Amino acid sequence: MSTAIAQTWYMTQRQLMVFARQPAYAVITLIQPVIWLFLFGSLFREVVGLGGFGTTSYLDYLVPGVVVMSALSSNMWAGMGTLEEIQRGTLDRFLTTPVGRAALMNGNVVHNGLVTALQSVVIVLLGLLGGADYPGGTGGVAVLVVASVLLGTVFGALSNALGMLVRERESIIGINTFLLLPLTFLSSAFMAPARMPGWMRHIADFNPLNWAMLAGRSAMSANPDWGVVASRGGALLGLALIGVWLSIRALRSYQRSI
Amino acid sequence: MSGTRAPAVEARQLIKTYPGGVTALNGMDLTVEPGTVLGLLGPNGAGKSTTVKMLTTLARPDSGSASVAGHDVLRHPDRVRRAIGVVAQNSGADPVATGRENLRLQGRLHGLRGAALDRRADELLERFSLTDAARRPVKGYSGGMRRRLDVALGLVHRPEVLFLDEPSTGLDPEARTAMWDEIGHLAGEEGLTILLTTHYLEEADRLAERVAIVDRGRIVVEGTPDALKGELRGDAVHLELREPLGEGGRTLIAGALGALPGVHEALVDGRRVSVRADDGAAAVPALLAALERAGLTVAAATVARPSLDDVYLRYAGRRYADAEAAGAHAAHDDADAPAGPGADPRTDSVSLTGGAR
Repeated sequence: MSTAIAQTWYMTQRQLMVFARQPAYAVITLIQPVIWLFLFGSLFREVVGLGGFGTTSYLDYLVPGVVVMSALSSNMWAGMGTLEEIQRGTLDRFLTTPVGRAALMNGNVVHNGLVTALQSVVIVLLGLLGGADYPGGTGGVAVLVVASVLLGTVFGALSNALGMLVRERESIIGINTFLLLPLTFLSSAFMAPARMPGWMRHIADFNPLNWAMLAGRSAMSANPDWGVVASRGGALLGLALIGVWLSIRALRSYQRSI
Repeated sequence: MSGTRAPAVEARQLIKTYPGGVTALNGMDLTVEPGTVLGLLGPNGAGKSTTVKMLTTLARPDSGSASVAGHDVLRHPDRVRRAIGVVAQNSGADPVATGRENLRLQGRLHGLRGAALDRRADELLERFSLTDAARRPVKGYSGGMRRRLDVALGLVHRPEVLFLDEPSTGLDPEARTAMWDEIGHLAGEEGLTILLTTHYLEEADRLAERVAIVDRGRIVVEGTPDALKGELRGDAVHLELREPLGEGGRTLIAGALGALPGVHEALVDGRRVSVRADDGAAAVPALLAALERAGLTVAAATVARPSLDDVYLRYAGRRYADAEAAGAHAAHDDADAPAGPGADPRTDSVSLTGGAR
């Protein structure tokens, strides 16, 4: 067990180092959410006047939305990195060492989780700078961060699985562009559920992004509904485990294909 | 070999067919004795890399069995992985990490820790002349430096069996020579068994104690380079005719050259005729005259000592460069074989009766 943990850590460390040594990439990962934050913040400022947002400042409502959307959009590209490692021969090199197959995949998961957590915290802090208010306090923010990490894990793992199975950049790009906006807008990320058309609200009930949204927003409110946090959080955790399991299966399937 | 030690690598009847019906391996049998260097020689697409993938536990055969360092690759892949070093065509050193960091990670994956890991990394950096570059990111390395790092990565845990897949492909001549020297040193090390794949005849000739020629997913012949070349008696005389031979070409050549003394065997391939002769230079005038009498004009004639190319031609039934071109769809390729008019990949072999021993 300790070997598995050590190996997972080596794999994580390796990727964190890449992240840290490519400052341009790190900055872009952090700048994009800032753009969302201020673009949507300015565009929809007046929308809180409609009511149902549970706050009088749209920024308060928007911050969790951008955190969750950013978690989705940065993790869904994980498969590109895996694809690059396959093409470069790195994955095959690791596969001929005694390293655990699960450690190879879990290193990705832990790395993506840490980056997502960092990204989420930065967005929350930027919101704070912009005047956002978080009545749920640090505990609420922590729930939001965990929820976005879990959501990121689901889509990061699926993206990795796709990269290993299809092995085409185009497929990953196609699926990501197809999914990102519908998943974001078929949720309460930018609009209060009470203001959404009924059919959209029903679809949103099945949208994992919306689960992360609901869990985070509820925990960050003045009166958290811990039942919502537990049920949506639990569902995300379940999906994340399934995603990781699938990505390990995909690794085995990749090995059969070479 | 005393025969008391088990082979370092043993493969029996490996078969692998990829989706789409591409047969990569078609009954591959292979044995490598401990402490020796075996060169797996063949054109791109012959099945060398697939064989290496199976022996290094990356891919599984459809059928057949294999063991490496005494461990069954299918039943105990983990034991195999501990015993082998793999230098693939693309070893994928992390370009953002330094040479030293790449080595240390590889060592850790093999269970090296602490001072032992540091020592081993430094030792390998020194040995492969990478000490000065050790703290620089790999993306700034030259092709030769990168390849040396690849080999170092494969050696970090002192493997029993080292797999080198196309070790010098893509290197400039200078880096290639340096790599060959390095592999030569490795081969001399106590107990290290090396399985090397190459599509350079020269590389196999120079580095391998034994050469196995792979064609279309199986070994067609195996032996020491000298023994293989020795089986081809005398010199090779390559004649290029002005006109391609028609239907009766085989018979025509057999008739024309059959009676010449000291001339053994002729292989006909489009416009090219390759003849074995006890003394090549001496045989040329007689050959030219004989072909002239048969109404064939010779455009060019060359005499050569037997090479692995001739061995390949003899056992695979086609010229090495043609096989390379045929397999070129498989990979990047530097063979620019002239596909002669109406070039048939199959070569006709004509036994000549006149060439008595």
